Amino acid sequence: MHDVNAEDVVRILDTAESFREVGSRVIKKVPALRGRTVVNLFYENSTRTRISFELAAKRLSADVINFSTSGSSVSKGESLKDTALTLQAMGADAVVIRHSSSGSPLQLTRWVRGSVLNAGDGTHEHPTQALLDLYTIREKLGRIEGLRVAIVGDVLHSRVARSLSLGLVKMGAEVTLVGPPTLIPPEAPAWGVQVSYDIDGVLPKLDVCYMLRVQRERQRLEYFPSVREYARLFGLTRRRVGLLPEGSLIMHPGPMNRGVEIDSEVADLPNAVIEEQVTNGIAVRMSLLYLLLGGGGEVAPDA
Amino acid sequence: MPEGVLFIGARVVDPASGQDGVADVLVADGRVVEVGTGLAPGGAEVAECAGLVLAPGLVDLHTHLRQPGYEHKETIETGTRAAAAGGFTAVASMANTDPVTDHAAIVNEIRDLARRVGSCEVFPVGAITKGLEGESLAELGELVDAGVRVFSDDGRCLPSARILRNALRYAQAFDGVTIAEHCEDASLAEGAQMHEGLHSSSLGLRGQPAEAEEIVVARDLAIARLTGGRLHLCHLSSARSVELVRRAKAEGIAVTAEVTPHHLTFTDEDLRTYDTNLKVNPPLRTHEDRVGLRTGVADGTIDVIATDHAPHAVEEKEAEFDRAPPGTIGLETALAVVLTELVDPGTIDLPRAIEALSTAPARILGAAGHGGPVAAGRPANLVVFDPEAEWTAEPPYVSMSRNAAFAGRRLRGRVVHTILAGRPTVWEGKPTR
Repeated sequence: MHDVNAEDVVRILDTAESFREVGSRVIKKVPALRGRTVVNLFYENSTRTRISFELAAKRLSADVINFSTSGSSVSKGESLKDTALTLQAMGADAVVIRHSSSGSPLQLTRWVRGSVLNAGDGTHEHPTQALLDLYTIREKLGRIEGLRVAIVGDVLHSRVARSLSLGLVKMGAEVTLVGPPTLIPPEAPAWGVQVSYDIDGVLPKLDVCYMLRVQRERQRLEYFPSVREYARLFGLTRRRVGLLPEGSLIMHPGPMNRGVEIDSEVADLPNAVIEEQVTNGIAVRMSLLYLLLGGGGEVAPDA
Repeated sequence: MPEGVLFIGARVVDPASGQDGVADVLVADGRVVEVGTGLAPGGAEVAECAGLVLAPGLVDLHTHLRQPGYEHKETIETGTRAAAAGGFTAVASMANTDPVTDHAAIVNEIRDLARRVGSCEVFPVGAITKGLEGESLAELGELVDAGVRVFSDDGRCLPSARILRNALRYAQAFDGVTIAEHCEDASLAEGAQMHEGLHSSSLGLRGQPAEAEEIVVARDLAIARLTGGRLHLCHLSSARSVELVRRAKAEGIAVTAEVTPHHLTFTDEDLRTYDTNLKVNPPLRTHEDRVGLRTGVADGTIDVIATDHAPHAVEEKEAEFDRAPPGTIGLETALAVVLTELVDPGTIDLPRAIEALSTAPARILGAAGHGGPVAAGRPANLVVFDPEAEWTAEPPYVSMSRNAAFAGRRLRGRVVHTILAGRPTVWEGKPTR
């Protein structure tokens, strides 16, 4: 999201809107990318994102190859560059890459001619998640500009938080990052966002409360004392939901830790739009594939 | 070249003698025969040097030659040839070889190999601790007998003040021995890919704050004060580290410090493209740090400019950023970078540049035949360069590796001749072997 501007975002979201309807048809398919090949190159397990990209490509009639790294040449020590060159030699028009190393999609663009879509890289960015979130906010609230959005949780390690903050700021929203100080990058104000360590003080002013997943595997670094204390200080509980203004949205990129960052009953409230986010993800990814491969013009591949 | 060479009309810049003026230099039988004006060539070959600079051969206090153990990255033969191409007549080779340079047999092997196939003199740096493990002292006495004058566990920071204290104390049994330290607090630097700041946070790369270096600089200076030992701080990267050294020197602590050409040139902002050739350790820091480092070189707080030449194979560097090893090659570009980035803008003058690249490191290294003075009877270890020649750093390099931070940079200043013990290792810009 670092390299796109507001105009690009609007174009991507508008295109997604036209694809949104395809998903509600009985025959959920258009021929836009017939004969084109999309490779899902996933170095990290992410069933949700991979399936979403796969459905998006298939609904555009593209041929989809899922290249998972276990049991392949990668597990035999093949480098990212060689894997990419191999896929290119097989005629991939686009590579969708998910990787634990920040920057790997950008590196990939130097090694292959086709389009590269970033499906999440390390702790850097997850632009398609941010775009589907922007789409969902616009769809539900009618606009993005001027909205007040809090992103709550482990911002430090979250590629979703980075991409969504950048996207929201570009679209004119007011963003507040909330979490324990150890999990908020000290440089965050330079992204154009506010920082708060007091969720109760922030909730009454919000249009959107966006909860991040607490990544348990990173707790070894002792950024906070316990999951219990995290839930007490920053979890979106039933009581805290009462502080939110009427009509505000609750969002989460999934998968949720019910009972940690979000109470189970809160996740099932009508203003929690977590399933809509998933549905919209397919339309947004269709939009990106279409714009990149279908002659829709130039959009920064590392968006 | 039995009759020698007469270099005519070069600007002779020799910080050891304070000379800076146009002169002729006659070299024969491995030594400088005469420095003066209007010298007759006799039987010597004449090298016209109008517009060129003649200086003592450069001395790199911080080179990784990678042999023994990592000959796929660099060898003594290729690394010293790269050094000669950059105008160096001596390099200090770091101890993180395999096996580690922690006993005399390895030192002798490296030096013998350098004499047979090398293009410059090699001064092996000895490990401070056995196997670079940071636990027990290597046999420093045996290493000193083998000719080692600088000890370093480079790549690793000594893990405790106590082992540093013991090293600095123990080394006082020997004359002219220096303990060199790579300053990095392991707990703050763990997993770090770059400097911690605005750019690391937006690139999603784990950073290490400058405090990771400064904490250890402060610790080491305190231990140097406590022991009275000779301490050298490698590749400083932070402005506050420079300030700590400045104060320590004012206090009379026996400390010297170095900085690399890449830390004098780049900042963390340059990592925005995830260029793994700019992944170095310590990491490139901020604009303010770069200013502090340049000021440190100008006012003498930083004594030495050293390359930290760290070759890595193409496939090692052409990887995901967090998987690529840190380091850049630097021998072939160091002089031109210093001329372009520091001398041209007027931050330092040419004699100060030569002092930092030759005279000061030769003194720390105990490399008596290097660093000048350029005077009758002295070993003829010299460099002649064209300070105006412009060129672009690009492959192929003389080094076996290609991981050059300066790739694609326009540089000013090019080596014309490098003379090692009276014989050219580079002649008219070309390595002779």
